[in-house]
Amino acid sequence: MAGKPKLYYFDGRGKMESIRWLLAAAGVEFEEEFLETREQYEKLLQGGSLLFQQVPMVEIDGMKMVQSRAIANYIATKYNLYGKDLKERALIDMYVGGTDDLMGFLLTFPYLSAEDKEKQRAVIVEKATSRYFPAYEKVLKDHGQDFLVGNHFSWADVHLLEAILMVEEKKSDVLSGFPQLQAFKARISSIPTIKKFLQPGSQRKPISSDKYVETVRRVLRMYYDMKAN
Amino acid sequence: MSGKPRLTYLNGRGRMEPVRWLLAAAGVEFEENFLETREQYEKLIKDGVLMFQQVPLVEIDGMKMVQTRAILSYIAGKYNLYGKDLKERALIDMYVEGITDLMQMILMFPFSPPETKEKNIDSIKERATNRYFPVFEKVLKQHGQDFLVGNKFSWADVQLIEAILAVEEKIPAVLSGFPQLQAFKKRMSNMPTIKKFLQPGSPRKPPPDECYVETVLKIFKK
Repeated sequence: MAGKPKLYYFDGRGKMESIRWLLAAAGVEFEEEFLETREQYEKLLQGGSLLFQQVPMVEIDGMKMVQSRAIANYIATKYNLYGKDLKERALIDMYVGGTDDLMGFLLTFPYLSAEDKEKQRAVIVEKATSRYFPAYEKVLKDHGQDFLVGNHFSWADVHLLEAILMVEEKKSDVLSGFPQLQAFKARISSIPTIKKFLQPGSQRKPISSDKYVETVRRVLRMYYDMKAN
Repeated sequence: MSGKPRLTYLNGRGRMEPVRWLLAAAGVEFEENFLETREQYEKLIKDGVLMFQQVPLVEIDGMKMVQTRAILSYIAGKYNLYGKDLKERALIDMYVEGITDLMQMILMFPFSPPETKEKNIDSIKERATNRYFPVFEKVLKQHGQDFLVGNKFSWADVQLIEAILAVEEKIPAVLSGFPQLQAFKKRMSNMPTIKKFLQPGSPRKPPPDECYVETVLKIFKK
């Protein structure tokens, strides 16, 4: 029986991707079970594995954890990516909260109509460049260190890199005007575990396709329209 | 200058209410700075105290904290309401996150169009009684203890009692069918710090009304 964490989710990014990033950054190997049919999902439900009837779910250290934030908190602490004390954890939580909010706009994106996608793309770029990126640019500029918190690699760095790359997929030059973040992106991308995760063949998932959206809708019976923010 | 935490938000529940609950439950006195005008908000932004240009803002231990979850985690950690080890924290986090999803529906409710309000109450009732309350009913039944995690009062208990009372305001009989939660509600309500918070004159805020909604839109709408 493997000691590896096992991730239960769709074969796509969604709310599981940040967890894949975090495990990969920590150098932790993990297994995945992909939900493809309604029957699989109902089986998980009937088995009582999903505390609130939802995925993500991660089997780790004898627990069936749900709620992506709880899962990420646990992994970050276990693998020393959560700062050295309560105050560093507070900073990491604040920074991750911001990147989470930014990623929230990206999460619903694949489910929008073509027309709403165009609107949302503009919203994402606007929020990134006027609210979120300036905040992190300032943090890095003010302390001049390589990492966001405590001069030490943490979950906050992993999450910010993930957010940067996702926004760049919507507008490739979005970091122009943010020299600190450009340098940060280069630095964090070259950390060995992250570099490995960014290479083809890793467990990193691609941008959500229409086929992926169709699978999620079918498995969750989630046929209502999502709205742009 | 006091050492008390200072909360900056509107004079209403919104996203700050869980913070008020948690500080009160921990027996921590705090000050409040109420946002009433757009000018006040714009000044906060100009002064650079809102990292992401948003409230809640809590000034505590020399930090200007934003992001509700970060604030709550810090308070829970500081006042020993976050379990005794990593695994207890994992449980508390799972429970808190689930309850937060339910509370999100309540948070958004005042801002929904009038014609959707009845449907939204039905959704809240459905989620509370089919998804969230059964989980905590089962947790309490299985271990038979007074508190959700580790036989000790924690952030999860505070979050749950807040949610129960908030849902009951919309659906008064919502706890019928949940005897463990009824007993839990009574127990929590009788804890000295919570009992005090539930009395008139405490910092607890009333349910949002039209005036509150108007203030939110006036201050934050672009």
